[in-house]
Amino acid sequence: MIAPLIKGLGVTLRTMFRKPLTVSYPEQKRPVAERFRGKHELKRYDNGLERCIGCSLCSAACPADAILVVPAENSDEQRFSPGERYAAVYEINMIRCIFCGFCEEACPVDAIVLEHEYELAAYDRSEMIYTKDMLLVPPGAKGEETPQDTRDRDVPFRMGGMDYFSVPIVERVPGGDPTGEPAS
Amino acid sequence: MDWIELGIVVLKSLLLVVVLLTGFAYTTLLERKVIARMQSRIGPNRAGPLGLLQPLADGLKLMFKENITPFGVDTFVYFLAPVVSLVVAILAFAVIPIADPISVELGGQVREIRFQIADFNVALLYVLGISSLAVYGLVLAGWASNNKYSLIGGLRSSAQMVSYELAMGLSLIGVVLLTQTLSITEIVDTQSAWGLPLVVLQPVAFGIYVITALAETNRAPFDFPEAEQELVAGYHTEYTGMRFALFFMAEYINMITVSAVAASVFFGGYHLPFVERFVGDLPWFIDILVFTAKVIIGLFTFIWLRATIPRLRYDQLMSFGWKVLLPLSIANVVITAAAVAWWQLSGPGAL
Repeated sequence: MIAPLIKGLGVTLRTMFRKPLTVSYPEQKRPVAERFRGKHELKRYDNGLERCIGCSLCSAACPADAILVVPAENSDEQRFSPGERYAAVYEINMIRCIFCGFCEEACPVDAIVLEHEYELAAYDRSEMIYTKDMLLVPPGAKGEETPQDTRDRDVPFRMGGMDYFSVPIVERVPGGDPTGEPAS
Repeated sequence: MDWIELGIVVLKSLLLVVVLLTGFAYTTLLERKVIARMQSRIGPNRAGPLGLLQPLADGLKLMFKENITPFGVDTFVYFLAPVVSLVVAILAFAVIPIADPISVELGGQVREIRFQIADFNVALLYVLGISSLAVYGLVLAGWASNNKYSLIGGLRSSAQMVSYELAMGLSLIGVVLLTQTLSITEIVDTQSAWGLPLVVLQPVAFGIYVITALAETNRAPFDFPEAEQELVAGYHTEYTGMRFALFFMAEYINMITVSAVAASVFFGGYHLPFVERFVGDLPWFIDILVFTAKVIIGLFTFIWLRATIPRLRYDQLMSFGWKVLLPLSIANVVITAAAVAWWQLSGPGAL
């Protein structure tokens, strides 16, 4: 009975001289997993157009009813996203949000994505309603800011799961653009 | 006794209280950091560098806490109990020498200042007697709290302390038989004269002393009466804020006192025999450092045991105290007495 006690004392003493396993947050932070669900971001295409087409599928999928989408119509002079609609108002109530990722799964164009940021604390509830400008990512190196003037550019609809940049629309639909003029 | 002597005694008393309270504060920090390191984590390190201001933060927190007085308590006893605990804990330290006495010229007379508040020839008995009084603090707290769990906790704690006090006293008797004196100062000086610490001659007594000291101060593995899981918090459940702090202080100061007594009686107090053989008497500040180092090693052992050993169940605790430690300490006394008698009869020796 005494020997195991002494062995135990040895274990504690040895552990005392080893480096502790504590991660001194906030000076050190543990890296998060690849698929970690943190703050949302509204992504863009490479040319700067927003991916979000204002379809509200994310809002419908959200179990906490945290997303508000008010769609509006694109025009070629003032284009926010490829397609007819864009999200004029896009708000996520981060206090309601449960970070489940259903909105990310529901989005047909991969617009809303949950990124890695988790330090979202605030002192006031009104600060926790994230608007579109807080969620939209800035345009990349090759893109320009929205709204864009695309009157002289060809911006096809996204169809059939293919990325619209790779295939011009007139070849995808036999007979040409279903919404525009018949194929030439 | 003239005014200067009175002044010296008062000054020493005040100094003792201040030193013990600061020692208590930093013992809590030492405990938290050591236990943390033994559990692969860092202890408190945010309040001040290395967490050194943590006890200050804790003290401030306890002072700001609301002092709830539960309904139906016996008011006088309820307020008295933590005070009794703390006063008794500090009193027991009055007879422990920290350094060799020095001679100082004061008020026209050369006075010898001893580094203890009172030195009398039954100091060891005084220490044991005062620690028996510590039981009162617990029983009164448990009773006055008007709460069945506190009552049970208080009664259990007092029963535990009383049963282990016997074994503690008997273990110290072995030392007394060897050194032929109850005065702690003389025990320390005897160890210096013999050039070896008494733990070498009385290892069993030292082992018994360590175990009973753990039980006396309600430290793990004998901390059942204050185990949060079993009895809410036992006898100090109904104490909040500063009153709880007083109990806390009493427990840690008891720990310090018990370590100090062990350092004095078993380890040669403020002497370092191997060094003093070559260098002669050490100056008083080195003595104080040596003594403090020994007490800190004792405290570290307490903390180490707390971090390692699981708690004993109350019936295991009581049967261990009565059925194992008491017979063992009596056997130790008998064997030591026989050895001393044989030594004395067989010719003049160091005794």
